[in-house]
Amino acid sequence: MQLSDFLCLRFETAVTVLILLQLIIKIFDLVPNNENGLRLNVFFMLLIVLLGFVGDNGSSLFGGMFVTSKLISIEKTILCFATLLILMNSYNWLKHHHHTPEFFILILTALLGMFLMLSSNNILLFYLGLEMATIPVAALANFDLELKRSAEAGMKMILSSAFSSGMLLFGISIYYGITGTLSLSAWQEMLRPGGLEVLALIFILSGFSFKISLVPFHLWTADVYEGSPVAITSFLSVVSKGAVSFALARFLFNGVGMLQEQWIQILFLLSILTITIGNVFAIRQTNIKRFLAFSTVTQAGYILLGLAGDPANANSSVVYFILVYMFSNLAALGVVQAVSFTTGKEDIDDFKGFYNSHPTLAVVLMLALFSLAGIPPTAGFFGKLFLFTSGVQSASLVWLLFAALNLVISLYYYMRLVRIMFSENYEQPLAHIQSPILSRVALLICSIGILFTGIFGELFDYLHLIAK
Amino acid sequence: MNILIILLLIPVITLFLTLFTDGRRVKNTVLYGAIAELLGCFELLREFLIARAAGNNSPFLFEVVYPWFKTWNINFHAGVDGISISMLLLTTLVTVAAILVSWKVDEKPREFFMMLTILSLGAIGFFVSMDLIMAFFFLELSVVPKFLLIAHWGSGRKVYSATKLALMLMAGSSLILVGTLLLYHASNGSFDYAVLQSLHLDAETQHLIFPLIFFGFGIFSALFPFHIWVPDGHSSAPTAGSMFLAGISMKLGGYGCIRFAAMMLPEGAHYYSTAIIILSTIAIIYGAFATLMQTDIKYINAYSSVSHCGFVLLGIGMLNQTALTGAVLQMISHGLMTALFFGAIGMIYSRAHTRDVRELGGLLKVMPFIGSIYIIVGLCSLGLPGLSGFVSEMTIFMGAWQSPVTLNRVATVLACASIVVTAVYILQAVAKVMFGPIKDSHFLELKDAAWYERSASWLLMIAIVVMGLLPMWLVEMIGRETGRIVAGS
Repeated sequence: MQLSDFLCLRFETAVTVLILLQLIIKIFDLVPNNENGLRLNVFFMLLIVLLGFVGDNGSSLFGGMFVTSKLISIEKTILCFATLLILMNSYNWLKHHHHTPEFFILILTALLGMFLMLSSNNILLFYLGLEMATIPVAALANFDLELKRSAEAGMKMILSSAFSSGMLLFGISIYYGITGTLSLSAWQEMLRPGGLEVLALIFILSGFSFKISLVPFHLWTADVYEGSPVAITSFLSVVSKGAVSFALARFLFNGVGMLQEQWIQILFLLSILTITIGNVFAIRQTNIKRFLAFSTVTQAGYILLGLAGDPANANSSVVYFILVYMFSNLAALGVVQAVSFTTGKEDIDDFKGFYNSHPTLAVVLMLALFSLAGIPPTAGFFGKLFLFTSGVQSASLVWLLFAALNLVISLYYYMRLVRIMFSENYEQPLAHIQSPILSRVALLICSIGILFTGIFGELFDYLHLIAK
Repeated sequence: MNILIILLLIPVITLFLTLFTDGRRVKNTVLYGAIAELLGCFELLREFLIARAAGNNSPFLFEVVYPWFKTWNINFHAGVDGISISMLLLTTLVTVAAILVSWKVDEKPREFFMMLTILSLGAIGFFVSMDLIMAFFFLELSVVPKFLLIAHWGSGRKVYSATKLALMLMAGSSLILVGTLLLYHASNGSFDYAVLQSLHLDAETQHLIFPLIFFGFGIFSALFPFHIWVPDGHSSAPTAGSMFLAGISMKLGGYGCIRFAAMMLPEGAHYYSTAIIILSTIAIIYGAFATLMQTDIKYINAYSSVSHCGFVLLGIGMLNQTALTGAVLQMISHGLMTALFFGAIGMIYSRAHTRDVRELGGLLKVMPFIGSIYIIVGLCSLGLPGLSGFVSEMTIFMGAWQSPVTLNRVATVLACASIVVTAVYILQAVAKVMFGPIKDSHFLELKDAAWYERSASWLLMIAIVVMGLLPMWLVEMIGRETGRIVAGS
């Protein structure tokens, strides 16, 4: 291997080194203070994010099993950045947890799995990456060790992901039977529309649907999001979902591109089901984490709409959307985390009068909700708009109308939360919340991202350029 | 620097400044911002008239283009013609008046005035937009402020009304969004108004897209049967909110119908003109008769807005120069008049603490200024010559009668007849509220308008009278643009 090959592998190498470092720290008890270890890790994650700005022109390694490109680097950078923000948001929680080093090992392993998944040009490597990204998260979902519902969340997560992996594997085995190879680029050459091909496609897409919780494969989402610690809810809803969305886009365009007509039909069905049912369930929620869980289900439906465009448009708008969604969702969950850690309250009604008692946090949460609802001038407006603009190329009028009119329903429940925060009929304000400086910086970064990502168009133009 | 950019920057800077102003002084900051904006609009009008007089005949003046998202061909493209300038004048006048009327708001004043400024920014941005995505951006910008203004500062069933209003308007924007995207697809990737208009899309595409855009904007301007958000929304809103909603927001819809539906998709407009005329005639008559039944003076004005905005859509449906000019005039006239009307009602309500016609009476004796305003604006609403209502409605009727189709003639006659109903409900309300015995002894202690209320009233009153007495420059400025529409189709 040459030095330049390590440049392509820089994310994977760095994360592996960081994982090994945790082991050494744990075994020799080098950093006895939890807080120092946390700061050290935040610092290293920041370095890894900065690796994303090292240019590489993309290449392939290991006989074409592992590929990189500028777009893939950007995607990995976004995932790292999101993980960094989650660490900063969860500062208080991690500081008081007894197993912080294990937390880092698990979360970094999941991240490593996602990197492999994104870079794989071979379905076997892809599958390994996917499993590597899922199983540690199931352990993490159970990380509030003394809580019963946390254990339930972990169990549900592992069972449903095992089931979805089974579906995925079954589909993969059919394609292997048809083509005799596991290479994605060979599939792209050899697969043509046909009965068996479409059947296998349905199985594979079902597997994907579990991971990004599309209706009707979404049932685990709300329970797991509610039961897990907020840090893991954030990780699942932003990093996992983002990684699998990127992988889905790559699989559809670079693996089964010839079956586009067929998979657009499947996406159409999944999308309108997801958007509508996610919305309807979100209205009924009283727990804010469950509420955000269903709202993320809905967001995934819009990602599918974006995939109905040509590859460059679809890839760039999905990456852009995930970036914007990362800022918005992490801002919302960051505020929820701060409230839940200090007061233990997670009900929507507990947020009554939030604007009066904690104006800054309330404004951040409002911005996040507006962005999730797609209201200008927040970046969420542009994120959704570009998914629509990309999708209009092959999406039917019904699909567009369904997606657009569902914005009305989602506006309803986001506005309801905003109104509750703004209202003044409350019995008892929430206790004073003291956030550590790093969490505040994370929320500040998210707010800046929400406000300014859309105003400056160059970012999207760059994404589109490298997606070509 | 381009004057349109300055006009867009003033509200943004005002918003920024309010963040750093002491809570009680926010209203001063916002008022100065709004006055600067008003002066800027007059300057724009002056430069525009000079340029037109000098023979500059291009459809849009003061154009400015910056690329925004090059990939999608989305630009920041602003420009104005006679129609947009008259709308800008309306917006800035109503904004100043609404801020003055809200001088005594002491519940979260910073947030309240910020909402008003965002609303005004949204309207100004929308009226100068020449890119569909930019227009859509500014249109959606005002959804949340409207919702919060009503849900937090409103009265009555405020949460219900606010939700209904926000959701219906959002549904309208969703239709507009889909229409815009289809246009983008059909035009091979353009959101630019000038490009799309010159493209002359084929009839089938226009027939598909026109209803999406027209009915989307129609919801904003209370097209029957999508008017149901109007009465509740207007009545529950705080005074400034009602002034904004009726004075400006509904005009966004009318302007959108003209600019982005009728002007951009003329084939579609011809195809659907019968439907538009029928629906708008229903709105006119239904609105007028529904008003007769109301006892709450705010509901009276809200339902009469449905009727008056029906005239706007009727004018658009007729698709000739005179009627379209009348539609634009009616938007301005109704905007000024109804803002003043809601302002006067707000002044009465804040003193008498009731809006029920049956409980009010003899108010002219205790508050002569507010009473006179209420009477004058009522007369304007029923179309008294010399005030703005007469000019605009007369123009619409003249234009509508030009159309030789039987259905259009019938619609015109019915619309004219509704004026009688209007006279009945306006005179009834004025008589009961202003004249007669004083129903409640505590009314005797009520004070007349304060300086801020007087200045707001004078501002709108002068505009109404000027438009009523000297309409020709306005008619000429608007007629030039509407002539272009008719000639182009």
